[in-house]
Amino acid sequence: MNMQNPDGYTTADGRQIGGVMMEMKNITLRFGGVAAITDISFDIREGEIRAIIGPNGAGKSSMLNVISGFYVPQEGEVWFRGAKRPPMKPYQVAGMGIARTFQNIALFEGMSVLDNIMTGRLTQMKSGLLAQAMWWGRAQAEETAHREKVEKVIDFLEIQHIRKTPVGRLPYGLKKRVELARALAAEPKLLLLDEPMAGMNVEEKEDMSRFILDVNDEFGTTIALIEHDMGVVMDLSDRVVVMDYGKKIGDGTPDEVRNNQAVIDAYLGVSHDE
Amino acid sequence: MPDTFFYATEVMLNGLMAGVMYSLVALGFVLIFKASGIFNYAQGVLALFAALTLVGLQDGQIPFSHVINAIFGTDLHNFGWTLPAVVAIALTAVVMVGMAILIERYILKHLVNQEPIILFMATIGLAYFLEGLGDVMWGSDIKKLDVGLPQGISETIETATYNWFGYGFFIDKLDIVAALVAAALVIALTLFSQYTKYGRALRAVADDHQAALSVGISLRFIWVLVWSIAGFVALVAGIMWGSKSGVQFSLSLIALKALPVLMLGGFTSIPGAIVGGLIIGMGEKLFEFSIGPMIGGATENWFAYVLALLFLVFRPQGLFGEKIIERV
Repeated sequence: MNMQNPDGYTTADGRQIGGVMMEMKNITLRFGGVAAITDISFDIREGEIRAIIGPNGAGKSSMLNVISGFYVPQEGEVWFRGAKRPPMKPYQVAGMGIARTFQNIALFEGMSVLDNIMTGRLTQMKSGLLAQAMWWGRAQAEETAHREKVEKVIDFLEIQHIRKTPVGRLPYGLKKRVELARALAAEPKLLLLDEPMAGMNVEEKEDMSRFILDVNDEFGTTIALIEHDMGVVMDLSDRVVVMDYGKKIGDGTPDEVRNNQAVIDAYLGVSHDE
Repeated sequence: MPDTFFYATEVMLNGLMAGVMYSLVALGFVLIFKASGIFNYAQGVLALFAALTLVGLQDGQIPFSHVINAIFGTDLHNFGWTLPAVVAIALTAVVMVGMAILIERYILKHLVNQEPIILFMATIGLAYFLEGLGDVMWGSDIKKLDVGLPQGISETIETATYNWFGYGFFIDKLDIVAALVAAALVIALTLFSQYTKYGRALRAVADDHQAALSVGISLRFIWVLVWSIAGFVALVAGIMWGSKSGVQFSLSLIALKALPVLMLGGFTSIPGAIVGGLIIGMGEKLFEFSIGPMIGGATENWFAYVLALLFLVFRPQGLFGEKIIERV
């Protein structure tokens, strides 16, 4: 038994997974009369890579938006590190150490790569408005310290060569990487990735998979991700939640999920009168 | 002939100086438009309100004294003290920040995600409200604003140019101060927006609201911040215009002159606001000087708008604005 993590488990490759970091309890989200998510519960453990998969329109992105505060569910509770989270604005969620990327990339197109990633440090910057406006010593020293952290992230994701480039000019694959860098710069406790590999070619997908694994491995960052590509998901993740039509139809290790009949039906399609 | 040339140059210089005033007002517009996409019709009135408050505070005028006197039959006018200019300016800046907080709290917060035209209408309402409030608070008579800025023709320049060219240029000292202040303001704003975390947050919000939220930026805080800065810029504009031509309610009309400036410079560019203001100021003076006499004068009333119209036809994004490309 693992004494440090009495609630946790050890993965096949020897990584220690801790106790429950985030728990979603009976989440229901409706838009008008349409239910995007119906009564879903699952948890995310410290240090794990948790995937949410499912066919188009299954409610995966909605679930990620609930976690990051962009949507407020009508029913259910969100628990974070042992405390129930009150309804929060997205910027407050970010302040708790939950960073995210978007399916359709939401970067500051007019700003340089460096500036974009620096915005990721905003939640970590402490000096006040006046000190900033007056450019007093502390603010300046702080800026330098943050800049160093950002440079580390830039090195880590191998984007040194585009640091000064305006994001609007970058190709799609690099934009995805910059968005990941911005999220990483916040040194998040929980990193939410909405389809990090959507629209990428094989090579780009391999790079991104490697980065995700490295982030988890080197910084111990807990990651929750949504992905379409089943192969990628099964390789990356420790545990997988499967959604279909807003409901949870499977939850477990990749192997368990792969052999789950409901999951197979949802993905391969099965006529319901059989 | 050289005298005509020098005279034209002098007209041009004076135009440039007048343009600085337009630039100052246009600057306030650009700041708010960039960060929130709101065309703030009330920017001119903000300048008026700031100038009124400044004079009122400086002279120790009792706010709402007309109303109080009418209701209670009293005869209050002044507190009986005067404030040093620096203190009065600092207090007015605080009032402008308070105003920004109230505007966010009672107007903007309730109009989140509304169409730009709705927000524009709201700022028209705000403009008339503030004009009325300024009237009720401080009275509607024309006031003299004197914060100790140098006034009158600069004799140094006149003598120096006379010695060099044999022609003494008439330049108003106040105009020179205004130009320096505007330059300092632009430099300060640029440094703030490029090198501080709030400046970066401001640019981030201007670029993409959703992404800004995801990195932990509170939009409400940013609105207050940007309206405070716009209020401060309005205060500077109010001081300059007020010192030049007295604090009167026609001050709010300078907002209309800022409109062609913005069309010329582009609605989203701070350098654009400055350059646009200079071109309009210089252009209208030179046009009046050269063409004006042939067509009966008074061209300054319409020249700026015609120039803006030409820009709308040939370069709708302005000199420095972002080119609008719609993907089909």
